[in-house]
Amino acid sequence: MKTLNMARYRRRKLVDRIMRSMTVVATLLALIPLFLILGYIVIQGASAISWHFLSTDYKVPELSLDGSASDVGGIRYAIIGTLLIAGTATLIALPIGLLAGIYLSEYGKGRFASFVRFATDVLSGSPSIIAGVVVYIVLVKTTKEKYAFYGSVALALLMIPIIVRTTEEILKLVPQTVREAAVALGVPQWKAILTVVLPAATGGILTGIMLAFARAAGETAPLIVTVFVSNSVEYNVFGSMGSLPMYIYRTLDELTSPEQYKVLWGAAFVLTALVLVVNILVRVATRRRV
Amino acid sequence: MAQFRIAEQTTWIRRLKQKTQHGDSVFRLLTLAFAGVVIGLVVMIGLVIWNGSAEARQYVGFDFLFVDAWNPVQGREEFGALAAVYGTLMTSLIALVLAGPIGVFVGVFLAELCPLQLRTPLSFLVELLAAIPSVIYGLWGALVLGPFLLDTINKPLAERFGSSLQFLADPKPKNLLVAGIILGIMILPTIASITRDVLTVVPNHQREAMLALGATRWETIWKSVLPYSKAGIIGGVMLGLGRALGETLAATMVIGNRMAISSPVKPAQTAASLIANQLPNANSDLHGSALILVALVLFGITLLLNAIARLLVWRVSRGPAGAIH
Amino acid sequence: MSDVIAKRQTAEVASTPRVGVTVQTANQAADALGHKMQVEDFSLYYGAFKAISGINLQIVEGRITAFIGPSGCGKSTLLRSLNRMNDLIPSVRTDGRVLLDSTNIYDPRVDVVELRRHVGMVFQRPNPFPKSIFDNVAFGLRRLKLSKSELEDRVQESLRRAALWDDVKDRLKTPATGLSGGQQQRLCIARAIAPEPEVVLMDEPCSALDPISTLKIEELMMDLRGRYTIVIVTHNMQQAARASDYTAFFMMNEQRSGEMVEYGPTGTIFTNPQDKRTEDYITGRFG
Repeated sequence: MKTLNMARYRRRKLVDRIMRSMTVVATLLALIPLFLILGYIVIQGASAISWHFLSTDYKVPELSLDGSASDVGGIRYAIIGTLLIAGTATLIALPIGLLAGIYLSEYGKGRFASFVRFATDVLSGSPSIIAGVVVYIVLVKTTKEKYAFYGSVALALLMIPIIVRTTEEILKLVPQTVREAAVALGVPQWKAILTVVLPAATGGILTGIMLAFARAAGETAPLIVTVFVSNSVEYNVFGSMGSLPMYIYRTLDELTSPEQYKVLWGAAFVLTALVLVVNILVRVATRRRV
Repeated sequence: MAQFRIAEQTTWIRRLKQKTQHGDSVFRLLTLAFAGVVIGLVVMIGLVIWNGSAEARQYVGFDFLFVDAWNPVQGREEFGALAAVYGTLMTSLIALVLAGPIGVFVGVFLAELCPLQLRTPLSFLVELLAAIPSVIYGLWGALVLGPFLLDTINKPLAERFGSSLQFLADPKPKNLLVAGIILGIMILPTIASITRDVLTVVPNHQREAMLALGATRWETIWKSVLPYSKAGIIGGVMLGLGRALGETLAATMVIGNRMAISSPVKPAQTAASLIANQLPNANSDLHGSALILVALVLFGITLLLNAIARLLVWRVSRGPAGAIH
Repeated sequence: MSDVIAKRQTAEVASTPRVGVTVQTANQAADALGHKMQVEDFSLYYGAFKAISGINLQIVEGRITAFIGPSGCGKSTLLRSLNRMNDLIPSVRTDGRVLLDSTNIYDPRVDVVELRRHVGMVFQRPNPFPKSIFDNVAFGLRRLKLSKSELEDRVQESLRRAALWDDVKDRLKTPATGLSGGQQQRLCIARAIAPEPEVVLMDEPCSALDPISTLKIEELMMDLRGRYTIVIVTHNMQQAARASDYTAFFMMNEQRSGEMVEYGPTGTIFTNPQDKRTEDYITGRFG
C-alpha cells in the first residue's frame, strides 16, 4: 500500500512541477514578442532619430520624387499631424465622455444608466474600422470630401468609452462622506459635484484622458477611410493631414529606398515612444495615488 | 458677527419656505443628455451601417457571406465575401489557439504562482504589449516576422513537403498564418489580464481547502481555482476573440490583400482588411455598399460576442458555481 | 442605585475642571428659552421598514441635547432627519413634523438647500475636503460673495471658535489632509460653524478620535453652547452626562423600530430616570 501511494505521490509532484514550469514558460513566451518588437524598433529606428529627422529645423519636409538617396525629409509633419488629429479628437470626446461619466457616477442608478453603460461597452469593443465606416457614410459621402477633421471625429468615437469609464470609476472612488459634507453645508448638489467631487478626481480623470489620447494617436484604421492622404504639407484640420500611423502604413507599401526603410523605423520609434511614455506615466501616476 | 445673524434671521425664514431653483435639475439634465448622446451614438452606428448597406442587401442579400466570388468591377459586380469570412475565421482561430492556452497560463502564473515582488512589473510588461499601436504590429509583422517565417520555416517546409502536401507549397511573405500569429500576440494581453483578474478574486479559502486536503499547487489551481473562475476566463477569451475579429490594421498590413481561399501560407483577406483596403477607393456606390454590408456583419458579431463576454465576466464577480464551501 | 450614578458623576466633576451637574441644573431652571426645534410624531421608513417610530421631543435653543442609546436604535437616523440628509437616500419616507422655529421642515414647499445652511452637521469620521485648510472653512461662505478681507475674518473667527486657529494660522493654504485626526475633526467643526448656522448637529463626532482629542472637542462644544443650538449623538454615556443639558434615550422596540424612551434634563435622566429601561442602560446592564 505504501509503495503505491509513494509512486502516485511522486507522479503528482512531477505533474505539479511540470505544469508550474509551463506557466513560467508561457509567461516568457508572452514576453518574447514584446522584447523582439521593441528591440527591433529601437535598433532599427534609433539610428534614424536626429534633430533633423524630428524637426527638419523648420524646413518643410518632403518625399523626394526622383528616388535618389536624397533627403527623404523628416517626420515633423507626421508628428504634428498626429498631435493635431488626436488633439482635436480629444476636444470632441472630452465633454461627452466627461459629462456622461459624471452622470453615471452621480446620478446613474436605473435602467437608463445600464443602457448607457452597455452602449459604452459596445463602443469600446467595436472594431476600429467601424468608426471609420460610420464617419465615411455620414460625413465623407455626403460632403464628398475627406478632411482630417473627419478622422478626428472617428477617433473621438473610439475615445469616448475610455473617458466615460475612467471618469465614472474615478468619481466613484471619491468617498461618499465628502459629498455628504458638502451637501450638509447647504450647497446644491451640482455645485458640490463641480467644486468638491470633480476637483478631488482631477488626477484620475487626467490619466483617463491621457490613455484615450494615446489610443487615438496610435489608431489608423478609421483614418484610412476618412482622411484624404496627400503629400502636401498643411497644418489645417479642415484639410488633409498626415499622422505617424498613417505615414507608416502608407510608406510600407511604397518602400523603395533603404533611406525610406530607415525613416520608417524611425517613425515607428517615435510613435511607439510616444504611446509607451504616456502609458508608463499613467501607470506611475495611478500607483503613486494608491 | 451678531449683526449678520440678526439681519439674516428675518429673511431666511421666508427663504426657507419657498423652494428656489438651485440649478440641480439643470445640471442633472445636462449630464443625462450627454449620457444619452453615448446611447445615441451606438444607435446611430447601427442605423447608419444598416442604411448604408441597403443597396448591397438588395443586390446580394446576406447569403453573400457564403459565396466566394468578389468582383467589384463595374458592370460585372459580384460580391461573394466567403473568402473574407474564411480569412477572418482562420486568423481568429490561429490567434485563439496561440493566445488562448498561453494567455490563460500567463494569467495563472501572474495570479497564483508569481512571487509577489515580480507580480506588478510582469503584469505591467504584459499590459505593455496591449499598448503597442496596431500599426507597429503590422510593420513588425510585415518586415520582420513575415520574412523570418518565410525563410526559416515556410520555404524549407515547402521544399521538402511541398509536392505532397499542397498547402505548404509556394509560400508568400504576406499570408494568413502571419496574420494569425500577429493577432494572437495582440490578443494575448487581453486574455492574460482578464484571467489574472478573475483568478485574483477567487477567495483564499478555496485554495486553502484544497491544500489542506493535500493537493499540490497545480492541483489546487486546476481542480479548484480555475473551475471557480471558468465563466470569467471564457468571457476573457471571448473578449480576446472579439478583438481578433475586429483588429483591422495589423491584419491588413500582413495578410496580403487577396480575396481567395487557399492555404495558410498564401495571402488572404479578413473582413476588416477587406474594408480597409477597398473602401477608400471604392469603385461604385454598390461596391461601397457591399463593403458596408461586410461592416454590418462584423459589427453585429462583435457586438454579440462582447455582450456575452461582459455578461460572463460580470457574473463571475458575483460568485459562481463549483465553489468549495 | 441612583447614588451610584451620583457618585460616578461627582467623581467626574472632581476630575474634570469643567462644567458639572450644578451649573447645568441652574441653567435648566432658567430655561424659559424657546424650543429651537420640535419633533412631532415623527416616523421614518426605509421602503417598508419602519426605522424610527413616533418620536416626540424638543430641542432647546442654545443648549446641548444628547441622543443616547444602544447601536442601531435610530439615533443617527433621527439626527440626520433634522437637516433632511436622509433625503439623499431614495427609498426614505417620513411621517410627522419637524419644526424649526415653527416652520415644518418637511413641508414640500421648503427649500432643503436653504435649510441646511441653518442646520449644519459634523460627521462621525472627519471628512475634510481635499482642499486647503482655508478653502475648507471658506467653502460654505462662497455663496455670500464676501470681500477678501471679510472672508479671511470669518475663516479666522471660525477657526478660533473651533480652537484650531493657533495650530494652523501659519499654514492655512496647506492641504487639510495634513492635519491629525483630532485636528481634522475640529476643522470640520470650524467648517460647519463658519456659515453661522442656527443649529449644529453632531453625529458621534469623537468616536474616531483618541481621548485627548475627544476632550478638546467636548470643551469646544461647551464654548459653542449659547451661541449655537447643538444636538449630539453619542455612544459615550459619560460624554452625554458631562457635556449635555438635555438627554434623550432611544431604544429599538420589538418591531426593530427605534423609539424614544425618555427625554429630560441630563441631570434628571442620569440621577433619576423614570423608565426602567433608561436606568438599565445607564447603569450598564446592557448596551
